[in-house]
Amino acid sequence: MAGKSEILQGTLDLMVLKTLDAMGPLHGYGIAVRIEQVSEEVLQINQGTVYASLVRLVHKGWIRAEWGTSENNRSAKYYSITARGRKQLAAEAADWTRISGVIGRLLQMESR
Amino acid sequence: MLDFLRTAVSRARSALHLDRVDDDFRQELASHLKALTEENIRRGMQPDEALRQAHVRLGSMAQLREENRAWQGFPFLDTLAQDLRYSWRMLRKSPGFHVTAIATLALGIGANAVVFAALNAIVLRPLNVARPESLYSIHRTGDNAANQSYPDYLDLRDRNRSFEDLAAYNFQLVGLDAGAGAARAWGVAASGNYFDILGIQPRLGRFFHAADEHGPNSAPYIVLSYGYWHVHFRDDPNVVGRIVQLNKHPFTVIGVAPPEFRGVLLIFNPDFYVPMVNQDLTEGGNALNDRGNRDAVFLTLGHLKAGVTPAQAAADVNAVWAAIVKTYPDNHGPSTFALARPGLYGEFLGRPMRTFLSALMSLAVLILVAACANLGSLFAARATDRAREMALRLALGAGRLRIARQVFTEALLISCAGGAAGLWGAVLLLRSLRAWQPFPQWPLNVPLTPDGTVYVVALLLALASGFLFGAVPVAQILRTYPGDVIKSGARSTAGPRASLRDLLLVGQIAICAVLVTSSLVAVRGLARSLRGGFGFQPQNAIVVNTLLDMAGYRSDQVPAVQKRMLESIETIPGVSAVALVDRLPLNGDEGEDRIFRDDASDLRPANAATTADVIKISPDYLRTAGTVLRTGRSFTPHDDRTAPRVAVVNQEFARQMFGSPVDSVGRYFKLRDGIHIQVVGVAEDGKYGNLTEDPKPAMFLPILQSPASDTWLVVRSQRDASRLADAIRGKLKELDPGLPSFIQTWDNAMGLPLFPARMATATLGVLGLIGAMLSVTGIFGMAAYSISHRLKELGIRMALGAQRSQVLKASLSRPFRLLAFGSVAGLGLGILASRVLAFLVYQATPRDPLVLAGSVLAMAFLGLLATWIPAQRALSFDPLVLLRED
Repeated sequence: MAGKSEILQGTLDLMVLKTLDAMGPLHGYGIAVRIEQVSEEVLQINQGTVYASLVRLVHKGWIRAEWGTSENNRSAKYYSITARGRKQLAAEAADWTRISGVIGRLLQMESR
Repeated sequence: MLDFLRTAVSRARSALHLDRVDDDFRQELASHLKALTEENIRRGMQPDEALRQAHVRLGSMAQLREENRAWQGFPFLDTLAQDLRYSWRMLRKSPGFHVTAIATLALGIGANAVVFAALNAIVLRPLNVARPESLYSIHRTGDNAANQSYPDYLDLRDRNRSFEDLAAYNFQLVGLDAGAGAARAWGVAASGNYFDILGIQPRLGRFFHAADEHGPNSAPYIVLSYGYWHVHFRDDPNVVGRIVQLNKHPFTVIGVAPPEFRGVLLIFNPDFYVPMVNQDLTEGGNALNDRGNRDAVFLTLGHLKAGVTPAQAAADVNAVWAAIVKTYPDNHGPSTFALARPGLYGEFLGRPMRTFLSALMSLAVLILVAACANLGSLFAARATDRAREMALRLALGAGRLRIARQVFTEALLISCAGGAAGLWGAVLLLRSLRAWQPFPQWPLNVPLTPDGTVYVVALLLALASGFLFGAVPVAQILRTYPGDVIKSGARSTAGPRASLRDLLLVGQIAICAVLVTSSLVAVRGLARSLRGGFGFQPQNAIVVNTLLDMAGYRSDQVPAVQKRMLESIETIPGVSAVALVDRLPLNGDEGEDRIFRDDASDLRPANAATTADVIKISPDYLRTAGTVLRTGRSFTPHDDRTAPRVAVVNQEFARQMFGSPVDSVGRYFKLRDGIHIQVVGVAEDGKYGNLTEDPKPAMFLPILQSPASDTWLVVRSQRDASRLADAIRGKLKELDPGLPSFIQTWDNAMGLPLFPARMATATLGVLGLIGAMLSVTGIFGMAAYSISHRLKELGIRMALGAQRSQVLKASLSRPFRLLAFGSVAGLGLGILASRVLAFLVYQATPRDPLVLAGSVLAMAFLGLLATWIPAQRALSFDPLVLLRED
């Protein structure tokens, strides 16, 4: 149980980082919606879990939060990726690609 | 790592304004919810349904907020604060229990802190000089003495190839006149390179150096110690250049030593430092050129060259010494040398100090262990009482670790409070010990300043003991099964698990019995050493140290002055006898000489028949001191320079030289100068150097035939000591107002030889007392607990007609059995430890029947004392009340 959520957590962090990197500053709602869109509704998450990821990333200094005004003139907290966050994203993305490649090859292994 | 730190800083920052962070988050969630709802409405939902769906998509807001909060600040600290608050409430609820626990620990940790501070200051901490690790002194193997003649020191210094340089110093007692009249002062006479080798920088002015020495009496310079400067010159910065009188010779003050420097002998606090080349001038002798005077140098020391081991250096010194002996066979016998640390005069003080302090340290640790066992069983008993509460908490889903952590927090809170109290007491005690000068005639004391190490050790001890006694109830909790406890009530756990507590109690009582036994052994040892066999009667006598050379008398004037002194003291009413002696037995002075048979013609050291203590006395000394003359006669005023040389010897001397005391009167022997001396009397044996020595040959010589200027007046009288002292002081003033003297009762002077026994008794007595207190509280806790748990059963028994004695037996037989087990084990351990104890205390063995009986009685008495109150409680309860309860 703990192991599974750990993986999910890390994955979600990576997704949030990538989203902010690609889309520029966004509020929590925007991030959640964007992730759902990209995953083409495969990933039905509790949108609230995004916030756990956000607070973690803020503490690590990979993203930064600021209050701003949204498109429909409502005050909202905007998150944006920092330089350190970009570096981290690059490293984690590379890791992810390598590992998913290994797992993919493993799963395609034919049994004799 | 960096990430971890960054996260911690960020968390800490948010911890400072948690409320704002929470508000912020709530606002953020609210706007998220609003956005979701609007989106749902746009998709065509009814507003109610849209809001409900939005809540579902977002998740529980309360939980999200809780999670967010967990990410701010430090949840670990939160829990800790919670535990601390809970512990504090528990503490407030039963203050008596906790005050006892804290006091117990304070005693245990305080005792450890004091003993460790002493161990640290005396044994562990290196000397406060530059490069202490390579600083060694040269000691003879065998008696560990380090004294040398000055010419021998020069040869050792110049011929060895192992030391960078070799310094020498000697102690000097002088009359020092800084403008307010001459007063006794102790100083160090040092070779010119002394300060340079030690690497000390002056506080004021300068130190003397090797370049200041140009032969005997060429450097009349004096460096004051910080303490002397502080007291006698009130920190006057213009003291440099002033002239002071040292034994009536002018010396120029050139500097002041820094406050942390007190010479290299740890226990000796000198007033001043002067160049050794002036020793002859101030002491009126000719020590610097006399190769036979081995008292000219107290100690030689220096830094080993890089890469030279102490063993190599010792071999080198031995080779140099062999060459010296070959060149001067008349003055030297063969000796071998070893290297040691100068701080405690090598192994001479080093070994007994180490042994004594390590033995004390182990006893102190035993006390702490006993205290932990004591508290462990008390806490376990309380944990049993709280078993129902614990079980309920477990059943309601509290983690076992969480509960264990809570118990540890409580234990650590108590142990840290105890540690702080103990350390505070220790620091107070150390402060008074530091100021304590056990011997008024010497500046001896120990710089017992607690440093960081002591505080760290006390903290570690506190934490360790907290974990130790906290582990007992925790072990019990981790084995608790909530179902069992809730079904059957708290009492069921008292069955088999009590055995751990019993074991702890037995162990604790055993330790306490060891402590009680050792303190009794010490008391008995002290009683024995007080009972005497000194060879003199210190009661009703006053001793006065008069140093005529301090007053500037030349040696040919001394006999006349001494005669006047004796005559004038004799006229004081109430004085029954008065005499002079050059060294008070058992008072730290040494004086031995080689004795040759009368027919010996080759007087080389190797041919000596024996060595004997030499004591120079005026005619009336034996009567005044209360030394019994076994046969023959004592001296008369006619045994002077013109008469044949005579001696009174002790029985051991007579036995070794002549076979029997009776035959020896009238026989002759020779000293190393070849003079015949006739034995005219035989006196009883006594103790001369220390209380524990074996019977030793000694001889008394008439002071008129072998003059000595540094003497003690012994005055015997039944009069009140302080008035008599005033009268003596007055008479001496009349005789010579510039004569420094030091007056005390002989009983007081006996403080030195009795010091080890008294120290051992005091320290072991205190430890024994703590041990006794611990066993009382331990047994009391156990008895009170077992009775309170069986009150109901006891009530039923009484209601059914049981006799009071039966009830008592039922309730107290167990504590008593445990007490008996523990005491026997403790006595056994005490007997096993007898070698350690015999070392601490002169002539003491725990096999002594009185000690054994005393220990058994003491433990039984402590047991009675501890069970008395619980027993009274058991008997006083009304069975009806008891049965109605619960």
